[in-house]
Amino acid sequence: MAGASVSPTPLLKDELDIVIPTIRNLDFLEMWRPFFQQYHLIIVQDGDPSKVIKVPEGFDYELYNRNDINRILGPKASCISFKDSACRCFGYMVSKKKYIYTIDDDCFVAKNPSGEEINALEQHIKNLLSPSTPFFYNTLYDPYREGADFVRGYPFSLREGVPTAVSHGLWLNIPDYDAPTQLVKPRERNTRYVDAVLTIPKGTLFPMCGMNLAFNRELIGPAMYFGLMGDGQPIGRYDDMWAGWCIKVICDHLGLGVKTGLPYIWHSKASNPFVNLKKEYKGIYWQEELIPFFQSATLPKDCTTVQECYIELSKQVKAKLGKVDDYFLKLADAMVTWIEAWDELNLSGGDSAKLANGVGKLAI
Amino acid sequence: MAQVSIPDSEVDIVIGAVQSDLASFMEEWRPIFSRYHLIIVKDPDLKDELKVPGGFNVNVYTKSDIDRVVGSSSTTVLFSGYSCRYFGYLMSRKKYIISVDDDCFPARDNKGDIIDIVAQHVSNLTTPATPFFFNTLYDPYRKGADFVRGYPFSLRHGVSCALSCGLWLNLADYDAPTQALKPGHRNSRYVDAVLTVPARTMMPVSGINIGFDRELVGPALFPAMRLAAEGKFRWETVEDIWCGMCVKVVCDHMGTGVKSGLPYVWREERGDAVESLKKEWEGVKLMEEVVPFFQSLRLSKAAVSAEECVVEMAVAVEERLGPVDPVFARAADAMVNWIKLWKVAGTRSAVA
Repeated sequence: MAGASVSPTPLLKDELDIVIPTIRNLDFLEMWRPFFQQYHLIIVQDGDPSKVIKVPEGFDYELYNRNDINRILGPKASCISFKDSACRCFGYMVSKKKYIYTIDDDCFVAKNPSGEEINALEQHIKNLLSPSTPFFYNTLYDPYREGADFVRGYPFSLREGVPTAVSHGLWLNIPDYDAPTQLVKPRERNTRYVDAVLTIPKGTLFPMCGMNLAFNRELIGPAMYFGLMGDGQPIGRYDDMWAGWCIKVICDHLGLGVKTGLPYIWHSKASNPFVNLKKEYKGIYWQEELIPFFQSATLPKDCTTVQECYIELSKQVKAKLGKVDDYFLKLADAMVTWIEAWDELNLSGGDSAKLANGVGKLAI
Repeated sequence: MAQVSIPDSEVDIVIGAVQSDLASFMEEWRPIFSRYHLIIVKDPDLKDELKVPGGFNVNVYTKSDIDRVVGSSSTTVLFSGYSCRYFGYLMSRKKYIISVDDDCFPARDNKGDIIDIVAQHVSNLTTPATPFFFNTLYDPYRKGADFVRGYPFSLRHGVSCALSCGLWLNLADYDAPTQALKPGHRNSRYVDAVLTVPARTMMPVSGINIGFDRELVGPALFPAMRLAAEGKFRWETVEDIWCGMCVKVVCDHMGTGVKSGLPYVWREERGDAVESLKKEWEGVKLMEEVVPFFQSLRLSKAAVSAEECVVEMAVAVEERLGPVDPVFARAADAMVNWIKLWKVAGTRSAVA
């Protein structure tokens, strides 16, 4: 085993979709072309559906705007946010692939400390295809990485690990700070490349950022609902946070793993902190209630599928968070609608209703 | 975040001497260690004279000192081999203790600079830990980092950090089977991070490179888990793994934090993993029982101090693990005796 050559990471090009929400343009794809061109893209166009979003030549894609979402989901489209990148979860729902990678349109290829361009997708695939270790912390980080292993004292019975459901990547340059932190530290840039991947331990919550995120759709897809944000909603910029808390509770319950760390992408655009503050404002107060809720949430043993777990969670949201704000009653209902829509599109073969807008492939 | 500056007089560096010639070890560490007070404890089983170069502010403890404090019948039981350093922890009266194995040397960071492990451990211990929610940008108190979006504001003041676990370049702290299977395997990855190990998450604490707040958790670091075939190589011990889990339970109970990551030391080759493998895999087998026990261990509200926590843990060890293997019953005894010893010899009023 010592000195063995590492087998190349599989491309998974027929098993992975890249989901990109956009309201502006997709120019950023040019930089990603060497890494993304072999994959199928699902573009979720937010905002004005009459605007034409040009996809760079040579990419294989489906594109959905608001009209498509409304047509495909009918009344259930109410669970998909408008004027917020949370709409991206529609892309998860319509995908037919095993894995999803989602990235924001202001994220570019970063360089590692040696100056090499980082193939973020390849690293996410490595993370997803190797086990996680949520039950006991390994001080040398991901033991399955080349050059690492389990340390002394790590029980052998736990060394097989569990399947990895989520791979959470990070960002160089503009860090993912909230509005107050952005206002206090407008010039701070993340320049520290931390060469680690690690499993977030069972029972521990984390703030999941949707900018550079991959997951196993078969293992956890139905729980990746990004909530009700944006237009007509009292809150924004908590879509990925909400999904992150839900998936972590469910992963902990089902014995699945969540990794964080590499890969890095280069985040180029700092959004306006005053605009952000208005969007996040309620969230900053609400999260003080939400965190204890999720920290103490338990799911009954008979919830064995992701959908069952998610529906159960929605009931608990309704029962316990309704008193924080009526918004959570709406959100709990939307969580149920989401699962219904997911199952309709994914379980019963109701695909004939789908027709992507634009030039993209007919999605079967 | 402004770094708190700690006077050097609040730090003790404790070295357990498992080998007698410390000359090259001390010379390599001189630029970093010389400003601090050092405590060197000689393994009572070592026959040769200890070689310590001059120019250090150092107290050396040998078998006769240990005998005087604990009685000669207990000396070998408690303090032989790697466990000799615990005598140094007992004798120290400083707030912060930094301890490294005597086969470790200063490492270089990814910029090529020598790593000052004392400064890094002290920094880890004097900035808050964040055990209740994971920060994806690691230690938010480090320069150039902060809490990320979605991190609850009420948790941003953090808690006191009681233990700082460093890492190792070159010879990592693998167990004998792993190192024997990959004899050429060396750790060359410098991970530029410190992070808090979340509450209720158990971890294997390696005693090779640690720092701790003696006031907060001193009583909870003790020599208790001695393998029947414990030897003079790290592959043949689990004493640090055991007390690391005890410390983690104590910290989780008392609401203090444990950090892991920087600083790195350079660990030299010593011993033969295959040779160590030939000895009984006692430690490896015991871990299978140990981990579930600690993961489910909860202390009562009545346990307020570290001493009280340890006494309660000892009872639980005796009751739940004692029947499994005599080594656990012995460990429980050792824990109880340690607290008695700590009260007599380890507290401020005791004369060193």
